[in-house]
Amino acid sequence: MGFLDIDNVTKAYGAVEVLHQVDIAVEEGEFLVLVGPSGCGKSTLLNMIAGLEGITSGDIRIKDRVINNVHPSQRNIAMVFQSYALYPNMTVGQNITFGLEMHGTPKPEREKAMAEVAKLLQIEDLLKRKPGQLSGGQRQRVAMGRALVRNPDVFLFDEPLSNLDAKLRVDMRTEIKKLHQKLGTTIVYVTHDQIEAMTLSTRIAVMYNGYVQQLGTPKEIYDNPSNLFVATFMGSPAMNVMRVRLEERNGALHAVTTGAEGQEIALRIENAPAGYAAYKDREVILGIRPEAITDPEGADRNARNIQALSNTVSVTEPAGADTFVTMTLAGKDCISRMRADAEVHPGQPFDFAVNMDKAVLFDPETEERII
Amino acid sequence: MAAASTENAIRSSSFSRVLIYLVLLLFALFYLLPFGIMLVNSLKPLSEITGGNMIALPREWTIEPWLSAWSTAQIGVQPTGLRPYFINSIVMAVPAVLLSTIFGALNGYVLTKWHFPGATIIFGLLLFSCFIPFQIVLIPMARILGILDIAGTTGGLVLVHFVYGVGFTTLYFRNYYAAFPTELVRAAQIDGAGFFQIFYRILLPSSGPIIAVSFIWQFTNIWNDFLFGASFASGGSAPMTVALNNLVNSSTGVREYNVHFAGAIMAAAPTLLVYIVAGRYFVRGLMAGSVKG
Repeated sequence: MGFLDIDNVTKAYGAVEVLHQVDIAVEEGEFLVLVGPSGCGKSTLLNMIAGLEGITSGDIRIKDRVINNVHPSQRNIAMVFQSYALYPNMTVGQNITFGLEMHGTPKPEREKAMAEVAKLLQIEDLLKRKPGQLSGGQRQRVAMGRALVRNPDVFLFDEPLSNLDAKLRVDMRTEIKKLHQKLGTTIVYVTHDQIEAMTLSTRIAVMYNGYVQQLGTPKEIYDNPSNLFVATFMGSPAMNVMRVRLEERNGALHAVTTGAEGQEIALRIENAPAGYAAYKDREVILGIRPEAITDPEGADRNARNIQALSNTVSVTEPAGADTFVTMTLAGKDCISRMRADAEVHPGQPFDFAVNMDKAVLFDPETEERII
Repeated sequence: MAAASTENAIRSSSFSRVLIYLVLLLFALFYLLPFGIMLVNSLKPLSEITGGNMIALPREWTIEPWLSAWSTAQIGVQPTGLRPYFINSIVMAVPAVLLSTIFGALNGYVLTKWHFPGATIIFGLLLFSCFIPFQIVLIPMARILGILDIAGTTGGLVLVHFVYGVGFTTLYFRNYYAAFPTELVRAAQIDGAGFFQIFYRILLPSSGPIIAVSFIWQFTNIWNDFLFGASFASGGSAPMTVALNNLVNSSTGVREYNVHFAGAIMAAAPTLLVYIVAGRYFVRGLMAGSVKG
């Protein structure tokens, strides 16, 4: 039993089921991020928690109270919308207190709550202005103020940062995280931006095609993706995936593929999980993150199994802090992430170091993780 | 917007500027000519008009024709002037305009923000009412007014114009509210506002331009209507347009053209006034939503 229980919830429009048996228990104070590409059902799920969309089957409970048929205003939730949805005809102060007014809170209490929130968000100077006179970041703060003032059980955020420019987005991201740490509120946050998901959340639900593909902490999701979709969706640049053959050589399993010149490349796998044996002498999908492929000096010192890989460099992309180096592996581009001052030159052979501790394998048919 | 368009880098020569203003001025005068002639002739004694001088300014200025048209002229059989009929028109137009605007706004709100099955069909049917010619509804409407026992009264005319106008006002408000962000309605729902609270606290304060459009459109149509007025109102309850016709078409006595002109201006004055006061909102409201501001 969690604080917010999403219990076997489905959503169907007529015969089309868009959300299938979603099952998430959110603890009090948790920051749950629903992440996925557009059309995956994440906003639908959020709207169902808010009460803006009906629930086809299953239950949603807040503090053990089933709220399936409770009016949005009686669920003790607050929502921050993508467009902020500030009432254009009211001042910032009226916007913030509108919800309290509708709930019949007396004026002195409203004023007090508004003053507290304004202080917390540093928008005291803006209270008399209309939303039209505010910048994007200020509107964002006001929208959060409107949610905070109600002191709800659960905060719902619907892609709140996607209308801001890149720099402001990063600032507001930190701001939201600070606010969460300070207030310890329960938050459900929808985004399509996997960086936002990683940085903000205490847990992530990766959604695709109406299914929760994986639910876990950011580290679990990133290091132990349960299927190929999660592996490639999370992380930037995306995880490298390539078809390899699993072969046994000298008593150890090797992932065997070809390099840029057609040379054979065999990467030894140590401490192979039990499931790998069944795939011996078969094709599997090898997934390896760019930062697990480096120059030999830059390799992780704590890694137990670093495999050398000689291949021709096709492109180098210095990005300031890192240099991204592309090579051809199994006929496809494979990106590696190196130190900024690594000596790499396009067109020349290079000795890459592959941290095979971090490599994951997927079944080529089901695309599920092999464990 | 309008101010910016004159400030561009291309300077037209002062000659072409003068030419443009001259042409515009000529057109303005041309359009004002009928009104000018009406005004001039309503301020001269009848003898000057019958003397064959319609274009010239009065030699002897008089407001006698205006007073006569307002309070003593023969309308039908009664020498009442146009005043009671002017009041009839106001008593008819104001409630009809208000009712059709309020219900149009409510319809538009429901059709765009509270989706229900069959909403598009209902909107289609309402829209259909905009395209039914007046003549077709005359007989069914007379029957209904008879059943309701308000035939021949100003109240009956209010009902006729309200029913006929609500299709147009629904169209206006629906299109206006379709561009109104639904997220605002959802936010208000979460904040705990009910159906009518959302309507008058969130939507109505942002509806100024479209209310102006609805007002002008409805007022002009209802005030200028002759057919319904002639068909469904009799004698003392006739609106201004019918009374004006009765004034001008009276077959007895001398035709007092100066009085006719004065009466015609009186009949046109309210719509003219509405345009002057709210005209700029009219254009703004019609343009709303077409350009992202």
